Amino acid sequence: MRTTRREFLILTAAALAAPTAAKAQLDPNLAANRKAAFQEALRRIVGDAQVRRGRVKLVLPPLIDNGNSVPLSVAVESPMTEADHVRAIHVLTEKNPLPDVVSVRLSPRAGRATLSTRVRLADTQTVTAVAQMSDGSFWSDSAEVVVTLSACLEEGLI
Amino acid sequence: MRLRLLAGAAAACLLLEFSAGSAAGEIPLGERRSGYELMARETRAIQDDDATNPGMLWVLDGEALWGRKAGAADRACADCHGDARASMKGVAARFPAYDAARGRLVDLEERINACRTERQKAAPLAFESKELLALTAYVARQSRGMSIAVAIDERTKGFLDAGRETFHRRQGQLNLSCANCHDHLWGRKLAGTPIPQAHPTGYPLYRLEWQSLGSLQRRLRNCLNGMRAEAPPFGSPELVDLELYLMWRARGMKMESPAVRP
Amino acid sequence: MARAVVTVPAQAKRGEIIEIKTLAAHAMETGFRRTQTGELIPRDIIRTFTCTYNGVEVYRVELHPAIAANPLIAFTTVAIESGTLSFQWVGDNGYSATEIAPIRVE
Repeated sequence: MRTTRREFLILTAAALAAPTAAKAQLDPNLAANRKAAFQEALRRIVGDAQVRRGRVKLVLPPLIDNGNSVPLSVAVESPMTEADHVRAIHVLTEKNPLPDVVSVRLSPRAGRATLSTRVRLADTQTVTAVAQMSDGSFWSDSAEVVVTLSACLEEGLI
Repeated sequence: MRLRLLAGAAAACLLLEFSAGSAAGEIPLGERRSGYELMARETRAIQDDDATNPGMLWVLDGEALWGRKAGAADRACADCHGDARASMKGVAARFPAYDAARGRLVDLEERINACRTERQKAAPLAFESKELLALTAYVARQSRGMSIAVAIDERTKGFLDAGRETFHRRQGQLNLSCANCHDHLWGRKLAGTPIPQAHPTGYPLYRLEWQSLGSLQRRLRNCLNGMRAEAPPFGSPELVDLELYLMWRARGMKMESPAVRP
Repeated sequence: MARAVVTVPAQAKRGEIIEIKTLAAHAMETGFRRTQTGELIPRDIIRTFTCTYNGVEVYRVELHPAIAANPLIAFTTVAIESGTLSFQWVGDNGYSATEIAPIRVE
């Protein structure tokens, strides 16, 4: 049986109105939304304070074998004394499903303001590290990472 | 034969660079490279430092299991084999090996399970279970740095030939053989990643893709899936024969277990 | 089963900055993956890691799903006195793991 013009319009309207059907589609504004989430996460950390470039060194390989486990290290220049130390280090991404990656709280007892870990990167993107100093100032560094996708992946989870 | 080869190459559009002329022969011994050498410096660093190599989590589990009594016999691996650091040295480099009682080839996982069922009177551990991977990793760790040396004699020759035949046989919807990629196109790229020579020097190994430790059989089944071929179930003779051929093909190369791969 | 591995120097000089490496056995399930039949796999991650030195917290990490499986956390602390470094990982679904490492400071 052929679908009449009237039936087609009714079906289309119903489909558009169904929120679950709409949610099942990939969000066309995904990139913009994630960028906004990144900005929001950054604002949550720094508030209205100015973030300056420098004092923070974020190290990531520029090209990586697998986005599941990317070595990342952050080192912040600081004497780490009671009077002048790093209070916190935050790492954020722009294209992961969530912007937050890791946050560290530290004191002069750390001796050096460093973190080495391994992170997941969903895509080729910019990673940002922000450090909060004991005087309340914020400093940052960013690194661009190219994520190559492996061939012959195991089938199963998507 | 040449015609079929060309037709196959044309069908496998993934392999545009495939040339029918390169189909002959195996990789000369002096040109063999572990997959380690094709990895990024950062990935190699994960393998090199026991303090950051996640495979060590399984090795430590294996060490604990080695000393734990199990089964109706209430015996631990250590009760018969003593200190694994001495008794298991070089063992993983010699597997798969011929098992006279079974009259067939067994790999290291099967050998561990044989001990479990026959000596410890315990239930066998499932393939890819945390426990079996841990024990295998602990045993294989004792061979790190040692040369791979599987025994090829009149009892194992047939299995080696069967494994070699599987390696060179075109199969699956892509009509590819293992040799097409790993003998003839190693070092080139498939998607973004270099094609390795497929030497099983570091199993069981931690794959960043799996985010876990896994066995050589898991990897082989992966590969077969990638070729759109039917992957035999874990423990099937076809996979064990292939393991033997790969270990023979890597003879003299150094064990890296637990290795890390992308 | 070993749930974590920590690498700490057994001894150090007073005031020396020592390096600590830790690995915890954890899948760090992101909450964004789906099974082959399309069902979402619920999030199951380690949320926090803390290192205390003779009872005083010296380093604290908040982890998110973007931390790779079997998390590596490496950092430094100042060797101030002999005693115990204690490491704790706490996560979803009641996950908790603790490791301790003695240190001798001269």
